Amino acid sequence: MHTAVITDTMNKDFVLAVEGLTVSFDGFKAVNDLSFYVDENEIRVIIGPNGAGKTTVLDLICGRTKATTGSIRFKDRELTKMKEHEIVRAGVGRKFQNPSIYEDLTVFENLEISYPKGRSVPGALTFRRDRAVKERVQEIAETIFLADQLDQRAEYLSHGQKQWLEIGMLLIQDPELLMLDEPVAGMSVSERKKTAELLNTIIKNRSVIVIEHDMKFVEDIAHKVTVLHQGKILSEGSMAKVQADPKVIEVYLGH
Amino acid sequence: MLKSDRTFFLRPQDMIGIAVLAFLLIVILPLTLDNFRLQFVGKYLTYAFVALGLVLCWGYAGILSLGQGVFFGLGGYCMAMFLKLESSSVEATKIQTTPGIPDFMDWNQITELPYMWQPFNSLTLTLIAVILVPALFAFIVGFAMFKRRVGGVYFAIITQALAAIMTILIIGQQGYTGGINGITDLRTLNGWDIRTDSAKTILYFVCVALLIACILIAYFVKSSKLGRILVAMRDKEDRVRFSGYDVANFKVFVFCLAASLSAIGGAMFTLQVGFMSPSFVGIVPSIEMVIYAAVGGRLSILGAIYGTLLVNWAKTSFSESFPELWLFGLGGLFIAVVLIFPNGIAGLWQTYIAPRLGPLFGGTAARRASPPATPPAPPPSGSAAPAAAE
Repeated sequence: MHTAVITDTMNKDFVLAVEGLTVSFDGFKAVNDLSFYVDENEIRVIIGPNGAGKTTVLDLICGRTKATTGSIRFKDRELTKMKEHEIVRAGVGRKFQNPSIYEDLTVFENLEISYPKGRSVPGALTFRRDRAVKERVQEIAETIFLADQLDQRAEYLSHGQKQWLEIGMLLIQDPELLMLDEPVAGMSVSERKKTAELLNTIIKNRSVIVIEHDMKFVEDIAHKVTVLHQGKILSEGSMAKVQADPKVIEVYLGH
Repeated sequence: MLKSDRTFFLRPQDMIGIAVLAFLLIVILPLTLDNFRLQFVGKYLTYAFVALGLVLCWGYAGILSLGQGVFFGLGGYCMAMFLKLESSSVEATKIQTTPGIPDFMDWNQITELPYMWQPFNSLTLTLIAVILVPALFAFIVGFAMFKRRVGGVYFAIITQALAAIMTILIIGQQGYTGGINGITDLRTLNGWDIRTDSAKTILYFVCVALLIACILIAYFVKSSKLGRILVAMRDKEDRVRFSGYDVANFKVFVFCLAASLSAIGGAMFTLQVGFMSPSFVGIVPSIEMVIYAAVGGRLSILGAIYGTLLVNWAKTSFSESFPELWLFGLGGLFIAVVLIFPNGIAGLWQTYIAPRLGPLFGGTAARRASPPATPPAPPPSGSAAPAAAE
């Protein structure tokens, strides 16, 4: 019967199908028998109190943490058996919680490294900065509001700009599934607004999973919200439905 | 047009830097130093190959190896084995029990040339071995460690252990390696006597030429995308991994490259000095080599060369007058570099001298002129208050 469910869900062409996912750290189940599905072009927001396992879920999908049991299928490929760089090459991009950029390199070089070409050792040695690369970097830099900073060393960027740069580094890979871990954390109000705008332009033609605490922001972008609590799904559905769910209210107010 | 946009792998200031170094090594030093001192410089320069490898491996990629002496030694031993076989002809060794094998083998009751030594009858195979044997060894070590994500201090300690193991192995296997005395009494290279003054002068120039070729290779790697990936890896390894790169492969590559560069230095050392012994393989020489790169500037290809020359010159001068004090001097120098000028001589040059000379000599002048365009980042408030149900 379980297999019937799987075939059924596979027929529906989900981009990402997480099923029975469990990871245990020394007996502590950070994620416990989790199942959820992400549609094509869907924006899914994962919320939940601290320690609910949100970041662990992203870690599992991108291969940073290995699942104890369960499966993660991305376009019919089993991610749990793949290495991190293979998962990226399959089309999954992931932004970390703290801006993770190369401070010693310029904005251009940061984006160029993420350009999906010359990823092997000989490929990187013979990589040419041709017109296609430059145009693509320029295009992305404009999208992330950094077109006039291409020669700037990344360490001189503001916190918000660093977050955008990392989003840009993912965009240049053109992933089919984009995962963002708290993209607006630590941003000023104006940066936050610009980021929402940015996310709305970049989500076209791809699926996105976002972890976010900022409820205003979640309301603005989410198609569907998944509430995690102690490694399990507490509630799932539209923002309105989730907010009205007594279990969700209990968890957030009870703690 | 981007400032960072260039088609050739050498920037104008790099070409000037290389030209100045070449002029110093090819013209000034040979004209001002006597043969005896020039041979010292030639010996120092063989360590510069190691420092060059360390700039790529440690400076750029952030992989600190405390065992570069192993690769220097492997290169040196490969060359020494060839030279030893050449000087152990049946005629020259007819007083031995088994003529035609190296003398130390005979003393150790070995009656037949070991298989390991057979390829070193050929100069071509020897030259290939000088590059490939250390690279292969580095590949095995690097692959085993980097694929398992061993890095940082653990890697440094393991490489240091390798240096110790290699020394013990060489000393222990006296019959095959010449033991603690090393491989000595080397005379000719394909019939050419390498002990004469003129041969030593020629070898000095060969060494300089090879060093400059290796510097060009280092610049090529540095300016390729691979060079930038190394810097990126040093900073945010996970980000590189999650940008679709197999990080371990890049580490293995740069470790192997550093090994091969060190080995070329080792081979030139054997040729110029005329022997090879385990005292150039172990922990102390390996750490000294790291100090050369640190003093010169671990982020600067040319800086590491000057650092090597300077530290060795200081070592020779000091240990001539105060032999006991030298090790303290070396230790003090290392502490000073770490505490006061972490980017070594090259860092001092780039901070204080190059900006006064204009962009052609340092390149940083233009960059320094443009201050950070944006105010410093606000502190990230990592866990903003969750407010789902409010």
